[in-house]
Amino acid sequence: MKKFVHDFIVISNKRLNSNHFVLELLSPEPLSTMEPGQFAEVLINGSQDVFLRRPFSIHNADRQKNTISLFIKIVGKGTHALSIVQKGEKLNLIYPLGKGFRLPAHEKILVVGGGCGIAPLLFLVHTLHDRGVKSDIILGARSAGDLLITQQFSRYGNMFLMTEDGSAGEKGLVTQHSMFSKGSFAYQTIFGCGPTPMLKALDKIATAFGIECQVSLENTMACGIGACLCCVVKTTTGNRCVCTEGPVFDTRELDGWYQPIAKCYR
Amino acid sequence: MRNLNIKLHDLDLRNPVMTASGTFGYGWEYEDFVDMNRLGGIIVKATTGSHREGNPYPRMAETAMGMLNAVGLQNKGIDYFVNEIYPKIKDYPTCVIANVSGSTVEEYEAVAEKMNGLENIPAIELNISCPNVKEGGMAFGTTCASAQSVTRAVRKLYKKTLIVKLSPNVTNIAEIAQSVADEGADCLSLINTMLGMAIDAEKRKPVLSTVTGGLSGPAIKPIALRMVWQVHKVVKIPVIGIGGIRNATDAIEFILAGASAIQVGTANFIDPFVTMKIVDGIEEYLDRHNVASVAELIGALRVE
Ligand SMILES: Cc1cc2nc3c(=O)[nH]c(=O)nc-3n(C[C@H](O)[C@H](O)[C@H](O)COP(=O)(O)OP(=O)(O)OC[C@H]3O[C@@H](n4cnc5c(N)ncnc54)[C@H](O)[C@@H]3O)c2cc1C
Ligand SMILES: Cc1cc2nc3c(=O)[nH]c(=O)nc-3n(C[C@H](O)[C@H](O)[C@H](O)COP(=O)(O)O)c2cc1C
Ligand code: FES
Repeated sequence: MKKFVHDFIVISNKRLNSNHFVLELLSPEPLSTMEPGQFAEVLINGSQDVFLRRPFSIHNADRQKNTISLFIKIVGKGTHALSIVQKGEKLNLIYPLGKGFRLPAHEKILVVGGGCGIAPLLFLVHTLHDRGVKSDIILGARSAGDLLITQQFSRYGNMFLMTEDGSAGEKGLVTQHSMFSKGSFAYQTIFGCGPTPMLKALDKIATAFGIECQVSLENTMACGIGACLCCVVKTTTGNRCVCTEGPVFDTRELDGWYQPIAKCYR
Repeated sequence: MRNLNIKLHDLDLRNPVMTASGTFGYGWEYEDFVDMNRLGGIIVKATTGSHREGNPYPRMAETAMGMLNAVGLQNKGIDYFVNEIYPKIKDYPTCVIANVSGSTVEEYEAVAEKMNGLENIPAIELNISCPNVKEGGMAFGTTCASAQSVTRAVRKLYKKTLIVKLSPNVTNIAEIAQSVADEGADCLSLINTMLGMAIDAEKRKPVLSTVTGGLSGPAIKPIALRMVWQVHKVVKIPVIGIGGIRNATDAIEFILAGASAIQVGTANFIDPFVTMKIVDGIEEYLDRHNVASVAELIGALRVE
């Protein structure tokens, strides 16, 4: 897929809570084709401390308005600098990068997001919805106040909420949702994004049910286009770049993740 | 039109701007951005005798005006290079140079010998300066004796333009440069990354899996510039300047200090178009200073 470097224009910068915000960015050219799960490398303007670009998943795309959005959690210097960009400012992006979620032909899809890991999942369920698939979506957070943009998700699928303190939906971690302990688990693919321990727990569930699990990884990157080999993850076929061969991987490809059923029961 | 052509031993470069090994992949990673017709040359990433997995993740740490890397020469080895990669890069419309690495003199020899047989690779850059492999690599570049032994061995069997890439992690760069030149290197390139370290204070852990790694980017530019100047003063062979270059002014500074050509590394990550912008900027500088040919600027520093 051809990559572009464009100066996007900030249309809005919406603060969701103390440390999350969504940027809506207008493309100067017709938007490129994009797969859900792909990302952009964003240049942080005029920041003395931030040297490299920062990778962010494409949160959603609106072809009518010719915009994309980024869902960002403030964790450091670069994300802080982005949190204060103003409407009308320009942001230089390299996009679309990486390989996204591989969408299956079947419709038995479960989408699971934890914390900031919901970023790429909105575009995923949006795309599935456009194809006539209404997926089931579990979103989890620490408490009700941290469950962000659930309405947007509910436009595209059936929602199941989880909070660690039980203030909304079921109480516990997303991977402890009651659906996983029911006998009638009908999904054939799980798509996950969130903290690594959550993804590993999801992978365990997928392994137990013998189904496919695709996860989006967030390794630190320098180039984002496969030139530096800084972002590798250990796979069953050796070190591979997260920026070009991921960020989405089938967990069966990841070394030490998916354990074939035979091994599990040994 | 100003003359941007540069002669590096047997190589006729369209202009002095090249890409640094390990930062430009095999070139195709930049195909959507860079028109290779506009570059003086590209140095592709390191090739070793056999397949190397490189170091574990994390391999990168951002630092003030730079970054540390600990890639550790991940590559599929010389045979894979010859069979699978060479066919894809041999017809690039620019000078394609291979970067050769190893842990033993024999490994350098084996890779160099096979590279010698590749018609469209007119030169190799001998990487005796990688800080990211446990044995060999930088060790060769840090003493005169070992730098000489590997240069001598490769010189015997490599018939085309031999560039030797020097490590900055030494006390006397001019001495090493001289000893490598004495063994028949045709050209020197410098600098490779500087050994550095980053710590995550919250976790009380090193950021890199290898604890230490190679520092690159604008943070190392003044050091690189100084070393190019020191080396240019003592050797008669051409020098290629590398280290923190991100615009035409940086490139001109290296040329004035004595570099015949320059390589751009880390800056490609931030602006994929940077090499072409540097070419334009050099031409603009020549116009502004009414200099007919960029070659006139090599070592043209006015020191009182
Ligand atoms: C493919 C990809 C997609 C991503 N998508 C999103 C997204 O949609 N929304 C979002 O908010 N974030 C996303 N991230 C993570 C985001 O890139 C980092 O949070 C960001 O680069 C941090 O920059 P900073 O300057 O604010 O932090 P820094 O000041 O550089 O670091 C602050 C802290 O954050 C940690 N950190 C930095 N980078 C990462 C990283 N890549 N992964 C984990 N921890 C990190 C550092 O170790 C440090 O402790 C994505 C990362 C990747 C690789
Ligand atoms: C990610 C990365 C990988 C590198 N890999 C190699 C390599 O394989 N061989 C080599 O000779 N130099 C390698 N280098 C060093 C660069 O070629 C260059 O000498 C150094 O980065 C300084 O230039 P810069 O400041 O413009 O990046 C690498 C540098 C980086 C940042
Ligand atoms: S970030 Fe450079 S190869 Fe992935």
